[in-house]
Amino acid sequence: MAQITLAGIRHSYADSPSSPSDYALKGVDGQWADGGAYALLGPSGCGKSTLLNIVSGLLQPSEGRILFDGKDVTALDPVDRHVAQVFQFPVIYDTMTVYENLAFPLRNRGMAEAEVDARVREIAAMLDLDDMLERRATGLTADGKQKISLGRGLVRSDVNVIMFDEPLTVIDPHLKWMLRSKLKEVHQRFGTTMIYVTHDQIEALTFADRVMVMTEGEVVQIGTPVELFERPQHTFVGYFIGSPGMNVMPCSLFQGDAIFDGEAVTITEKPVGSASGSLELGVRPEFITFAEDGLSVEIVNVDDIGRHKIVDLRRGDHRIKMLAGEDDPIPWENPRIRFDPDHTRIYADGRLL
Amino acid sequence: MAAKTANHKAWWLVAPVVALVAFNALIPMMTVVNYSFQETFGDNVFFFEGFKWYEQVLGSERFHAALGRQLAFTFTILVIEIPLGVAVALAMPRKGIGVSVCLVLMALPLLIPWNVVGAMWNIFALPDIGLLGRALNGLGLAYDFTQDPTSAWITTIVMDVWHWTSLVVLLAYAGLRSIPEAYYQAAKIDGASAWAIFRHIQLSKMKRVLTIAVLLRFMDSFMIYTEPFVLTGGGPGNTTTFLSIDLVKIALGQFDLGPAAAMSLIYFLIVLLLSWVFYSLMMRNEER
Amino acid sequence: MAIELRGVVKQEGGQIHIHETNLSLEKNAFNILLGTTLSGKTTLMRLMAGLEKPSSGRVFFDGRDVTGVAVQKRNISMVYQQFINYPNLTVRENIASPLRVARVSAAEIDRRVAEAAELLRLSPMLDRLPAELSGGQQQRAALARALVKDSDLVLLDEPLANLDYKLREELRQELPSILAEKGAIVVYATSEPHEALLLGGFTAALHEGRIAQFGPTAEVYRNPVDLRTARIFSDPPINTALVAKKGNTFHLNESVKWPVNDATCGLADGEYRVGLRPHHITPMRRGEGSIEVMARVLVTELTGSESIVHLDIGGHRWISQSHGVHAVAIGATETMYLQTHRFMYFESDGSLIAA
Repeated sequence: MAQITLAGIRHSYADSPSSPSDYALKGVDGQWADGGAYALLGPSGCGKSTLLNIVSGLLQPSEGRILFDGKDVTALDPVDRHVAQVFQFPVIYDTMTVYENLAFPLRNRGMAEAEVDARVREIAAMLDLDDMLERRATGLTADGKQKISLGRGLVRSDVNVIMFDEPLTVIDPHLKWMLRSKLKEVHQRFGTTMIYVTHDQIEALTFADRVMVMTEGEVVQIGTPVELFERPQHTFVGYFIGSPGMNVMPCSLFQGDAIFDGEAVTITEKPVGSASGSLELGVRPEFITFAEDGLSVEIVNVDDIGRHKIVDLRRGDHRIKMLAGEDDPIPWENPRIRFDPDHTRIYADGRLL
Repeated sequence: MAAKTANHKAWWLVAPVVALVAFNALIPMMTVVNYSFQETFGDNVFFFEGFKWYEQVLGSERFHAALGRQLAFTFTILVIEIPLGVAVALAMPRKGIGVSVCLVLMALPLLIPWNVVGAMWNIFALPDIGLLGRALNGLGLAYDFTQDPTSAWITTIVMDVWHWTSLVVLLAYAGLRSIPEAYYQAAKIDGASAWAIFRHIQLSKMKRVLTIAVLLRFMDSFMIYTEPFVLTGGGPGNTTTFLSIDLVKIALGQFDLGPAAAMSLIYFLIVLLLSWVFYSLMMRNEER
Repeated sequence: MAIELRGVVKQEGGQIHIHETNLSLEKNAFNILLGTTLSGKTTLMRLMAGLEKPSSGRVFFDGRDVTGVAVQKRNISMVYQQFINYPNLTVRENIASPLRVARVSAAEIDRRVAEAAELLRLSPMLDRLPAELSGGQQQRAALARALVKDSDLVLLDEPLANLDYKLREELRQELPSILAEKGAIVVYATSEPHEALLLGGFTAALHEGRIAQFGPTAEVYRNPVDLRTARIFSDPPINTALVAKKGNTFHLNESVKWPVNDATCGLADGEYRVGLRPHHITPMRRGEGSIEVMARVLVTELTGSESIVHLDIGGHRWISQSHGVHAVAIGATETMYLQTHRFMYFESDGSLIAA
């Protein structure tokens, strides 16, 4: 196991990159502590899979270094880095049984059969694969196959980090929950460093202790799920995390209060720094409530999605979304709303003031 | 599954092909069946002979010898061409300009008419004026495919390998290209050796195309005619007379239409039977 | 306008893919087929489209029997999970292709392509090839092609499954209004309960080739007729357990029990299976029917907007889902609240008897 450090990683798939747009990764620095559960979250094409492959050693970065426990591993092969990876589509060796699949990485490393057997059986029991060890791996369902892929990483005691590249893409929703909680259990029990790459905020936020949010080859924020949700450093994070995403509306500042559409909005945390650039006010749908003395709005639509309702509001040209509880009444007559001052933030050119 | 249409217009579209197949295959085939049960001396006079020709062919030394040579030839070229084809496919580049260059090179032998292949190798291997023949003799090897049966066999086999290994290469290459990159990456991470990658990933994913390659090469080589005919004419003696060459000798050389017809039907049934055995063996392997 | 399946069965090689199904779908509503992989969603769509013929039963369109009618004579559009476009045609030509087949005049084609492109926000990229578009834009092009031809029936088979989470969210929001304007019968297959709820309309819950329930989406969600439907329509999975009714009390175990209410007081004593949705187990008391239970924390998942906690409650592995951040330590024993008035009670055969 190891602490992983990324130092100035840049990568381009072009032969002779000239402009910044040629780079899939535009300079990534970061550190992942030993034993943590991390996620790389971003839309497709943001460079997260590139970064993952650079960490595992399947790809050499154009510039920058990767350190495992302070040791430069940039030039090392995946085998010598002692990493494991679970891919988007299950990779299993279809000539082999489940048992042989799990034993494969150990046998390749010349481990004694008795030890192989003990490890394989322990991991199979952990992953609920113990009653199908003798079956051909081809016959398993997608989630069974993904468990095998994961198992091939877990059997090895020398693994520094297990990496996941959108591992739940082909899994049914109700099985996703089970596989994901299995992952968390495995992480708690073995304490292996895990890095999980996905575009799905729910997967990233539920899995990871810390999430790295990426867009266009750059990291925009690193933080715990709670930090990303409550204090997005960038409007992109506000939009990309949360469902629906954060409401972002133009505003101005006057004596520490935000002025939105001609009305003052109180904010607890007065913005620091110079207010240059275009100013925006950001507030999540979760932090808007109906209030008798708030901003008057129009209700456009209410979507009942079971455990809560999504209310679509309009004020002038601005559209605002808010959440209301399953049993909360909707004030159809003269609706007024209030932004929670603790969770209303001001952004200048997209960045938190 | 394709959409099923409710009308029958499609039949009109296949009608010309059906007619063509009928004239090209079905009607000649029935003529052959007809001949195989009768004796004729020309003038459209026929005598019914029952299974006489079949008994004669199946009991004849000559047929056994030709069949034996045929099996030996087919077996030898399969044992050489399939592994060689896979090996070449594995060695081919996976991206870049090299891919197209290799593919064109591989396709070249397949584009040459079969009789030209025979003629080419005939001249190439002639011991007196051929580049290969002269060179080998120059090295002190007693090589003469026109006189020596071993030389004739080796030349025939090398010619077939030269001509047809490309087909196996192209099929195997297509199979290899369809393996997702993630498999190689996972194997790298699992510390798999090159042999393990070949055995558990590449070979396993190539199984389907290799089944097709074996079937095609089996059927083609079992019915080989033009190239050895042009190269050796079945000689020296009868040492490279395979089934089809023998068949032509009987039918057109001796004009024994009855036995020739019986022999072609037996020949046809052997190909059909062996193909079926091959196919079902390999398919059963697949399902397991 | 409606499409109606009467006694439709589909079997192949002795295997029944669709059990006898009766279903009538109306136009101007979003009709959702909700079920897991292999539950029969795609087969049912193919039967509606005429891509497959039922083994028995009839398919009616507008009261007209169309069972044997070829798909190309039915005026149908279909969108698949994979982004299917003609790779050698521009987006404009892709969208125009169904109209060219229908021999619509050039001026009319231009008008309708422009309109569809506007609706799906493809106008700036009409002259590009599909390969030059992002996944979301490719699927928009496929949708535009399906919408441009004024079909009577629009079938969408998990059209958003291959898209990024955020793109899915956006298209999901736009789709109902875009499709509403077309005046066609819309059928939408998905495996995600969340998606069905967001799209609204009507939902048919599918389980192993059978329609377990059909009705307005929110109603199917709130009042499932049986445990299967409740399971299909719950994400995270619904919590279930066997409880015993003794007199006026339900017992989960020795310590966890709750009184009967108006809906359940009439039930005979005995064992029942109960279902409770994860968001009805909360870390704070909510409502009259809440009871306090001690729960051991197995796994926690905090997303910032909500907390998902896997719990051991009286030997049952249950999930709690609540708004906000409730940090709890793994292995700790916490006080949680079950909203007992939200319990659903099922017979041994799975059918709902009280809620």
